[in-house]
Amino acid sequence: MDALNMDNALGEYLPVLIFLILSFVIGCLFVFVNFIAARHNPDPAKNSPYECGFDEFGDSRMKFDVRFYLVTLLFIIFDLEVVFLFPWAITFGSLGLFGYLSMMAFLGVLTIGFIYEWKKGALEWQ
Amino acid sequence: MTATLLTFYLFSSVILISSLMVISSKNPVHSVLYLILTFFNAAGLFVILHAEFLAMILIIVYVGAVAVLFLFVVMMLDFNLSREKDNLLQYMPFGLFIGIVFICELIIVLINTNLDLANIQILANPFSNFSEMTNTQALGSVLYTDYILYFQLSGIILLVAMIGSIVLTLRERTGVRRQIIVNQLDRDASSTELKEVASGEGIDI
Repeated sequence: MDALNMDNALGEYLPVLIFLILSFVIGCLFVFVNFIAARHNPDPAKNSPYECGFDEFGDSRMKFDVRFYLVTLLFIIFDLEVVFLFPWAITFGSLGLFGYLSMMAFLGVLTIGFIYEWKKGALEWQ
Repeated sequence: MTATLLTFYLFSSVILISSLMVISSKNPVHSVLYLILTFFNAAGLFVILHAEFLAMILIIVYVGAVAVLFLFVVMMLDFNLSREKDNLLQYMPFGLFIGIVFICELIIVLINTNLDLANIQILANPFSNFSEMTNTQALGSVLYTDYILYFQLSGIILLVAMIGSIVLTLRERTGVRRQIIVNQLDRDASSTELKEVASGEGIDI
């Protein structure tokens, strides 16, 4: 692949670049227009953090329940399973029976895990 | 070539700076956000290498899922923002060891290319007819047939991760009243009982 080809390929990403710049500009606009257009008249009482009228009790960073972690982990695993499906779906016509059975075995292994977590009640929110 | 070089230097310099910030920022949540920035720029490097599928997967899986997982882990730990980084020297030997291992691996790769960086292109590009198909098609054409062992192994690794996470984090809660639909539906008129309640008196059930 020569140098000219690579520059052309990057040129195809010009719309993506325009989108990124545009979203960056709009995002900055939302912040800075507030500074310019909105009326603001701060005093120490307004700027201090509050919790329904009284001083806050503790840090806003509280510890999460471990169940959130389990949900995220199971999500990542099925996310990765779907990732493997994309190239398979694109090349499905040329893969033949072997490629089909290979993917079915992969899905079967993960279905075993899915049945396990269903029976264990990992998907239920107690 | 200049546009490619410029984008490469842009992405890699942002990667270097943000990964430095990952290990040096005091707030762990900021570290995770810098890690997300690193992932984004690594995806940009993959795009330069024409590995579009990997770039998009990096964003979907790492930025979308793994970074959220890291945030959960950071939030679950009981960290203190005012804690000084006084134990930096304690982890220095271990960090140095890992760094030396990485540098050795890079040197081995360089030796394999006979110190000519142009050969890396060939190593990263094992498909002879790569130019005729997209990146995703090239992956799919070999992953499920030629490399079936690695493909099935990844499935089994995912299964182990699934079972492991359930075993580690799932525990039965006592004292939780749950809706058992089968029991509700099984109930019929014979299991109920009609009682007359006298006015002004209670009743024992």
